Amino acid sequence: MKKREKIDGKVFLLIITILLFLVMYAAGLIIFKSKGFAKPQVFLNLFISNAGLIVIAAGMTMVMITGGIDISVGSIVALTCMMLAWMMEIKGMGAVPALVIVLIMGIVFGLVQGFLIAYLKIQPFIVTLAGMFFARGMTAIISQEMISIKNEMFLKWAKSKINLTFLGGTVNKKGVVNYSFIYPSVIIALIVLIGIFVLLKFTKFGRTIYAVGGNEQSALMMGLNVRRTKLLVYVINGFLCSLGGFLFALNTCAGFVEQAKGFEMEAIASAVIGGTLLTGGVGNVFGSLFGVLIKGTIETFITFQGTLSSWWTKITIAALLAFFIILQSLFAKAKEKH
Amino acid sequence: MNKGKAFIKRLTGYRLFLPLFCLVLVLFSNLIKTPGFFEVTIKNGVLYGYIIDVINRASDLVILAVGMTLVVAASGGTDISVGAVMSVAGAVCCFILSGGQQSVNEFVNPYILGVLAAILAGILCGCFNGFLVAKLKIQPMVATLILFTAGRGIAQLITKGQITYIRVESYKMLGSSIPGIPIPTPVFVALIVVLLTYVLLKKTTLGLYIQTVGINAKASKLMGIKSAMIIFLSYVFCGLCAGISGLVASSRIYSADANNIGLNLELDAILAVALGGNSLAGGKFSLLGSVIGAYTIQALSTTLYAMGVSPDQIPVYKAIVVVVIVALQSTELKRMVSKLQTNVKSGKKVA
Repeated sequence: MKKREKIDGKVFLLIITILLFLVMYAAGLIIFKSKGFAKPQVFLNLFISNAGLIVIAAGMTMVMITGGIDISVGSIVALTCMMLAWMMEIKGMGAVPALVIVLIMGIVFGLVQGFLIAYLKIQPFIVTLAGMFFARGMTAIISQEMISIKNEMFLKWAKSKINLTFLGGTVNKKGVVNYSFIYPSVIIALIVLIGIFVLLKFTKFGRTIYAVGGNEQSALMMGLNVRRTKLLVYVINGFLCSLGGFLFALNTCAGFVEQAKGFEMEAIASAVIGGTLLTGGVGNVFGSLFGVLIKGTIETFITFQGTLSSWWTKITIAALLAFFIILQSLFAKAKEKH
Repeated sequence: MNKGKAFIKRLTGYRLFLPLFCLVLVLFSNLIKTPGFFEVTIKNGVLYGYIIDVINRASDLVILAVGMTLVVAASGGTDISVGAVMSVAGAVCCFILSGGQQSVNEFVNPYILGVLAAILAGILCGCFNGFLVAKLKIQPMVATLILFTAGRGIAQLITKGQITYIRVESYKMLGSSIPGIPIPTPVFVALIVVLLTYVLLKKTTLGLYIQTVGINAKASKLMGIKSAMIIFLSYVFCGLCAGISGLVASSRIYSADANNIGLNLELDAILAVALGGNSLAGGKFSLLGSVIGAYTIQALSTTLYAMGVSPDQIPVYKAIVVVVIVALQSTELKRMVSKLQTNVKSGKKVA
């Protein structure tokens, strides 16, 4: 009986999220019908513009399942974009070596933060807060000016459309058929998402992550290596941050200091809205995907509406986050009473 | 010889020794590159010089650090929304005083109304944070993360995305100086906040309660202390401090710049508390330590500025300092080091 209740609570949060997304999208279809909201491309754009966020939210979900948090992700994205731009444009490096270097940078970042959190037992928030300022400051040290990326290979990666012919297309005035399309970044994001899902659900390592987040003490008593698990989670998260940053750079094709500000909030909000508990032990990457899609839909609304300032996105996300956090805490309280 | 050793031991055992030592170290390191660091001159009837600059500029941070100390002590968490709350307070004050216009040359509403509204805005933000942390039992940093991001957005909405200027002499006084008094006004504001808080904590049982709750919230609840109320009040007080600090910061630039008021100050405030020798895990605290910590950080910033480091790059150095301090505080590190030492010792014995 008790077990059933617990599962119900988890699923309930996820169902609310999916319903919220469907309701919002349906509302968009009705309100912005005349502006072409119903086009398949509008839906695909949610994935195109948020490919980086999907990857980072997946990493964030893993970290949050262990009961930790990472608020350095936005700054790492900025640092990744800036490093890519700087290496390719100023130093004249190729796109592939530059990509490899930023991915290694992400892993090293995760390694240091993970060590401080898992082995020195410093609060994840303090460590990643310092990481956040460190990465942002490093971005400014590399260059205070904006650097646009003009590397041919990089632009080829960024702009090669993959037409989805089965979704049909529209014929424009010149008689050319425009199919609905996605960029390669979307495919990378989805592969990562499925990879993390499989890792969490079907591997020993994944189950250990849930065990550590559920109750660290019990996990330790069961003979699980809590420290190593946590360290590895932060390392994978660091890697995903720089990969997400790369996907982000494919969209913006530039590096500048103020880039991706508040990104950490979006990633955390996506995970929380998707049903990941802040206390750890519960979470699902597909829930986080819906969290990202909800954020994307809000942005699309604001673009379609046309007059609202982009600050409204941040405020709405913060309000949604507050709402879901309160919902979670009410669930936790109700569970305590049983 | 023994007397000297005992003296040094007593001196280093003194709780505020390390924070004070850091401050002196940072200040005197300037003598190498900037020999005139301690020179004080009088320009237009106001004291002027690097050292005055440190004391003046640190005021905002001192006020923030006072509030942050109580939050850390009571809840074992930190309030990372203080910078954003500062910008909200500044925006509210300028909005009231300008009546919604972008630039004014005289107050549209009475000055005191703007000040009260700004402080009220700070208190309201504190109430929101306190409610989430104390009543809903959400981790402090996640709860304050909401305002951390939304705060500047709200401030932008109030100022309509633009910088609101208040070009009135009396508005600038709070951030610069009052005619006839050679010491900058923010110094006095900081002094008043610190003194009032100190008296409040010493003359009432509040200070004791905060420490008790911070050490063990459940036990203090069983003893009859309203733990949730104490934690809530500490966040409200922190909001109030952020409001006052926001007023001073806004008066310095006689405008409301939602993007830049209090930028990166949350890290500085946490750093000030940690530098003051306070544990970030809560419990016992030293208000004076945090104040010294705040001055140390400003001294560090001014030193870096004097060396020609740009404001964008300063967070790198501060982040390193934070990590080093919290790593030194970590009991795990001490255990690792002592383990290593015993290993080395036993290794020697075997050899």
